[in-house]
Amino acid sequence: MAETAAPATTRQKDLSLRVSPAAQLRAAFETDSVRGLVELSEVPFLTMVGLRVNRNSDAGQRVASVTGGLPAGCGGVAGPGSTSVLWLGPEEFLVVAPTEAHESLGGDLIQALREALADGEGQVVDLSANRTTFELTGPRSRAVLEKGCSLDLHPRVLKAGTALSTEIGNIPVVLWKTGEDTFRIFPRASFADFLGRWLLDAMREYASPEVP
Amino acid sequence: MLLISCPNCGSRDETEFHYGGQAHVAYPENPSALNDREWAEFLFYRDNTKGAFAERWLHSTGCRQWFNMLRDTVTYEIQAVYPMGSPRPDTPGPAPESGTASTAADSTTTGTAAPKISGTSISGTSTSSTSTTAPEGATK
Ligand SMILES: [Zn+2]
Repeated sequence: MAETAAPATTRQKDLSLRVSPAAQLRAAFETDSVRGLVELSEVPFLTMVGLRVNRNSDAGQRVASVTGGLPAGCGGVAGPGSTSVLWLGPEEFLVVAPTEAHESLGGDLIQALREALADGEGQVVDLSANRTTFELTGPRSRAVLEKGCSLDLHPRVLKAGTALSTEIGNIPVVLWKTGEDTFRIFPRASFADFLGRWLLDAMREYASPEVP
Repeated sequence: MLLISCPNCGSRDETEFHYGGQAHVAYPENPSALNDREWAEFLFYRDNTKGAFAERWLHSTGCRQWFNMLRDTVTYEIQAVYPMGSPRPDTPGPAPESGTASTAADSTTTGTAAPKISGTSISGTSTSSTSTTAPEGATK
């Protein structure tokens, strides 16, 4: 796997050929976002790495030193700056990093994680193509999510900086509250079209004047 | 819809979970020694308990971890959630009326003699008192 995806040093990369899982919805996201109330966009091609390691083991501590920490429990997000580690399970984490961190673009994150894990118990797997990222932002974004998510999304319960695996519109996703009115949603690629349309539908009422 | 308390994630909707069937079905120590009937019983035959039932659950859209749960198959009350590999916890008192009768018997036996008689007489009165209160509620 790693050999076939080796960095193409000589071959020129044509990044315009890449198609993100919700590329066909880009225009709809643009036109149907309700400015100032709730806006939806896809943040394509983020680098994502699946980590399976016991955070208390030696290997876990080596990996944590690369990522800037591993979250301790459900909802936790660790890591300063642009690379974040989301808690998925007791020994399972998702690293989310900018596009440029991917090894095909010259980034060294995945290699550094592999070297940190070394022969310790665990896994470092490039999952960048597994999920795409939606960003839902604006004061109505919570109301939109509440139409299809049974978690308590009220700010007194769900704080910014929390990420939870759950379901939105019956689609399994990771929901990451990145700011007071901003959510990142990670659906698997094959669910991106459905969830994108579901969110657009849930947003539609806010384009009309509020009924008093 | 059950609200299941995952040991890792807390309360979540039943739709986030996967049912794993009866818990504590031990793999045969010597599988090759089993005849066809015993093997079939290990693979396919499960209890069909009315009441407290120990079963396995997977938090499939959450932390993806298995755990055991003690659930009443009549009332759907979740009585215990405990880790895989640990033994089934003691079942709580089967019915509230027998529970109160036994504690009442205990409290009386500390001071007086003939515990069995007092215990049976108390349980007798408690059941008769509940049977008299039940029709009152029914007539309302
Ligand atoms: Zn869980």
